[in-house]
Amino acid sequence: MSAIQVRSVSKAFGSVLAVDDISFSVATGSTTALLGGNGAGKTTTLSMVLGLLIPSSGAVTVLGEDMARHRYRVLPRLNFSSPYVELPLRLTVRQNLTVYGHLYGVDDLKGRIAQLSEELELADFIDRPAGKLSAGQKTRVGLAKALLNQPELLLLDEPTASLDPDTADWVRGYFQDYRARTGATIVLASHNMTEVERMCDHVLIMKQGRIVDQGSPTDLIGRFGRDTLEEVFLDIARNRRHPAEAVS
Amino acid sequence: MNALSLSFRRIAAMCLRHLYILKGSWPRLLEMAYWPAINMVVWGFTSQFFASNSSWVAQAAGILIGAVILWDVMFRGNLGVALCFLEEMWSRNLGHLAVSPLRPWELVASMLCMSLIRTVIGVLPAALLAIPLYHYSIFDLGLPLLAFWASLMISGWAIGLGVSALVLRFGLGAESLAWVLIFAIAPLAGIYYPIATLPGWLQPLAWALPPAHVFEGMRSVMLGHGFRGDLLASALALNALYLAGGVAVFLRVWHGARMRGALLNVGE
Repeated sequence: MSAIQVRSVSKAFGSVLAVDDISFSVATGSTTALLGGNGAGKTTTLSMVLGLLIPSSGAVTVLGEDMARHRYRVLPRLNFSSPYVELPLRLTVRQNLTVYGHLYGVDDLKGRIAQLSEELELADFIDRPAGKLSAGQKTRVGLAKALLNQPELLLLDEPTASLDPDTADWVRGYFQDYRARTGATIVLASHNMTEVERMCDHVLIMKQGRIVDQGSPTDLIGRFGRDTLEEVFLDIARNRRHPAEAVS
Repeated sequence: MNALSLSFRRIAAMCLRHLYILKGSWPRLLEMAYWPAINMVVWGFTSQFFASNSSWVAQAAGILIGAVILWDVMFRGNLGVALCFLEEMWSRNLGHLAVSPLRPWELVASMLCMSLIRTVIGVLPAALLAIPLYHYSIFDLGLPLLAFWASLMISGWAIGLGVSALVLRFGLGAESLAWVLIFAIAPLAGIYYPIATLPGWLQPLAWALPPAHVFEGMRSVMLGHGFRGDLLASALALNALYLAGGVAVFLRVWHGARMRGALLNVGE
């Protein structure tokens, strides 16, 4: 059973083809990474899966629903976090979580906010305006917002960008624990290869709008004859070795 | 919870989001009431001066004050909608809203609700202040006041939705339109003078605008010619048309923003 199915999807912005005829599926309960350099099409792909962006052609099915026709059936069951999309800065953390809790129709909202506050250690700044938080605190708040509705599918755009190693490690651990507890599916776009190796069962590597390779981190490292996923990524990014050559 | 109550909860959540901002900022609250009150005071004294020097205005000294207050209803109606939307763009929050279960029409409904709240906060103090200052109460208009208020609010909403659509389409560079666009129709709305004052070729254009019917109707009541149901009916019919147009344009531009990927990358 796939949580996400993307079939022959392309997206053009004027004459620029940002995503070029990609197809993939994401298994339910898995953690999948979208890897690629800047401009490879990762954020565009995530946006199309979320329904934030309408594909030029092709079809996206999420949690069994066609996103072109039944997007609002599935949106309450997923959530999203990105360091590039802010929460209202003048609202306190608690006010932000209250507003989004109502938007997602969360039952026992006060209890859920208290629970997340404890799990994500928000208590010290929960009544502080979101605009006055450090990068690490903002990330935790974004995470709390993304987890409010206990999503079956969590889409994360660079979840540990701009975090110190300690906080980043804590965030990764939290996602792994969340997935283990709930069986949720996680898709993340990241530039951090260590993060991907640690968290992901499956990796989709994108380049110039196309998926150029995919597999488990171990599988990719083995096929390319490398020691780390970062070396595989650099091989692909710099056209040093084609996957076919790597296999042979 | 059924679909309707969930929908109502989402609209209320968006209103709550803006009420939190108002609650946390007394300067914003003060600003909302400040301009309508100042405007009313200036025009109140002007009106008093004319009342002692002009037989027409002496007939109904409150006409200018009433016009000023009602014009502010329309102005604040427009601004209330546009500012709610601009607030989401300033805070780069549209991406989160667009992937939440909030429907675009629910976002529109919440903006209209907040516009009503903001207009009451802004205009009510000015209307109350006019009573001790000039012994003029706009509430003496009675039930027609409600009709005038509703009609002008709807006109303001239609313009506010149009402005929000322009800002979504062209970015925050277009935000000043929220303040200035409405003044483009002010000369044709007959706020302070009868439509007959306008050149003949401009009059059909004026009558195509709902506020022209409202202000003409207001003068009719205040000059003792009675309530003109025909003017109200035409204002409401035109308003229905303009509001439907405003909503349609906003939803169309929202869809276009999803085509262009503009919802994720909004801001200055």
